Amino acid sequence: MMGNLLEHMGIEKDRVHFSWISSAEATKFVDVVKEISDKVRAIGPNTKFVKDYI
Amino acid sequence: MNTCINKIREIASKLLENGEVEKVIGFANGTIPMATSPVVINSKQDVDKLVFNSTCGLNLANYVRNQKGKVAVIAKGCDSRNIVTHIVENQVKRDQIHIIGVPCTGMINKKKIEALFGDDIIEFTEDGDTLNVKSSTREETLNKKEYLRDNCTLCMHRNPVVYDDLAGDLVQEQTLENPYPDVDRIEAMDADAKWQHFQELTQNCIRCYACRNACPLCYCPTCFVDESGPQWVGKGQNKTDVDTFHFLRAFHCAGRCTDCGACVEACPMDINVRDFTRKLNKDSFEMFGWEAGLDITKRPPLDVYSPGDPNAFIK
Repeated sequence: MMGNLLEHMGIEKDRVHFSWISSAEATKFVDVVKEISDKVRAIGPNTKFVKDYI
Repeated sequence: MNTCINKIREIASKLLENGEVEKVIGFANGTIPMATSPVVINSKQDVDKLVFNSTCGLNLANYVRNQKGKVAVIAKGCDSRNIVTHIVENQVKRDQIHIIGVPCTGMINKKKIEALFGDDIIEFTEDGDTLNVKSSTREETLNKKEYLRDNCTLCMHRNPVVYDDLAGDLVQEQTLENPYPDVDRIEAMDADAKWQHFQELTQNCIRCYACRNACPLCYCPTCFVDESGPQWVGKGQNKTDVDTFHFLRAFHCAGRCTDCGACVEACPMDINVRDFTRKLNKDSFEMFGWEAGLDITKRPPLDVYSPGDPNAFIK
């Protein structure tokens, strides 16, 4: 529901990912990280919900 | 609703006289026309202070916590659902409160009525579905149905879900083909338009936290925005901090919000805070078949695990 609300507020769907990976699942970890980085790279840098520190 | 006030006063008077409750929480006339404020009555002599009309938009469930002894509270449909939520969340015991239920036909949108007049409203009366509003220059007779608050037009639980006494006849519940047209409208936008919508929505927010204080769900002893160690969110007017406050406050209400509209009622800047919570209400309903505060025996969906919980979001 949190992901849905973020999406509702305009955060791109592929920006936020949720996953449960056991410490024994090294290959799953690699796969998920690869998938996330590909998807995030595809939508480009985030400009929303970013705080500019002066 | 004019007739139910006599019944409310009668019940309140009897409860106080018999010593069944120590206090009665209700509404009293505000200091300006077309306004009411919460009031606590503790003697029979004061029951005439109680009023009930279409301006009682705040949620009295907010005042039943941390009371000593038994209290009576006047509850519209939404208030009663928040009382149920309080009971489920162990904020109050069922036998500590005497619920005077009031079937509700909706509360009025004061801002919409004020906008009709260029000057201050000096008198407000209502009779059934007719509102008579007088300003210093003119008088208008309005149809209440056209001036309901947005949440009241979409309300499907007008009758109290739990009560000890009823101050009026039960009203017919609305049946809506689509209870979430406002959410659908935003969902139809693309990501940038959605973001723009919420940016414009919160741009006037002054971080007064009136929405939080009016909300019966927001009872944390220290709210996350007030916490200083760690400081979860900046305290200034930085737009990202403002958005973080609204986003997280809404999320804390996920599966608990009854769409009572107290947040919007309290907002001095006319921000429709409900745009955040409504999405969560819609999701709760679609994903868990859940509407908050209808059943005293069930815990909110994010509070319990069920093997059938939707898990498409997780990899």
